[in-house]
Amino acid sequence: MADPMKIRASIKGDVTEIRVLMGHPMETGARKDAAGNTVPAHHIQTMTVEVGGKKVVDGQIGGSVSRNPVFGFKVKGAKAGDKVVVTWVDNKGEKRSDEAVIA
Amino acid sequence: MNNTRRTVLKGAGATATLSALIAAGALKPTDVFANEWNKAAFEAKDAAGALKGIGAGTTADSKDLLLTAPDIAENGAVVPVGVISNIPNTTSISILVEKNPSPLTSSFEFANGAVADVAVRLKLGQTSIVRAVAKADGKFYTAQKEVKVTVGGCGG
Repeated sequence: MADPMKIRASIKGDVTEIRVLMGHPMETGARKDAAGNTVPAHHIQTMTVEVGGKKVVDGQIGGSVSRNPVFGFKVKGAKAGDKVVVTWVDNKGEKRSDEAVIA
Repeated sequence: MNNTRRTVLKGAGATATLSALIAAGALKPTDVFANEWNKAAFEAKDAAGALKGIGAGTTADSKDLLLTAPDIAENGAVVPVGVISNIPNTTSISILVEKNPSPLTSSFEFANGAVADVAVRLKLGQTSIVRAVAKADGKFYTAQKEVKVTVGGCGG
């Protein structure tokens, strides 16, 4: 099981800034290891961000996103105490969902 | 995971039901398939193919689409890129690295109050144009910036 995500959600005025760090190798499928063998592709493909039970971001990503991806999003209309849920699914079908509360 | 959709698909005569819903306008095809990974676009080997894959056949340059990226990236494995769209009704932002083996890096759709403002960290295999594509009212707008890479990030 992949490492838990780190999610920070802080409200400034009417905009909530959400930052997410996902622990994932994000292998493109093109890289070769020290022995010259191709490392198989292993990367996140889809991700969603929900705030207060509503989906705000629906993302699709490929192997060109860096290892241990970091994302930043901004949402209007949320309030302190709302729950933020981030979910990702990778090309091997592994998934992870973590949550945080807007501070 | 979109559980509603799974349930609908599992239902008897799923295809017929879905077709009926689409025909009735209750569901737009894009809503139904929003969560499926766009394999064709992500596996496209050039920027034109990737743009076609996300439906952006024709694009217009826009000054209201702001792309921030470093001029020079010392480490191509982690290049911070930010895109903000001030174009009204922006519903999605995609980011391409034109010289990467698979140029499309990511694509985000916004809803329910999300601002068209995204920050990501990308891999750049070599010096390349980074291109942001925003979709607003069915039209596609782009902005670009060249990022020079001194050490590649694709195992090179």
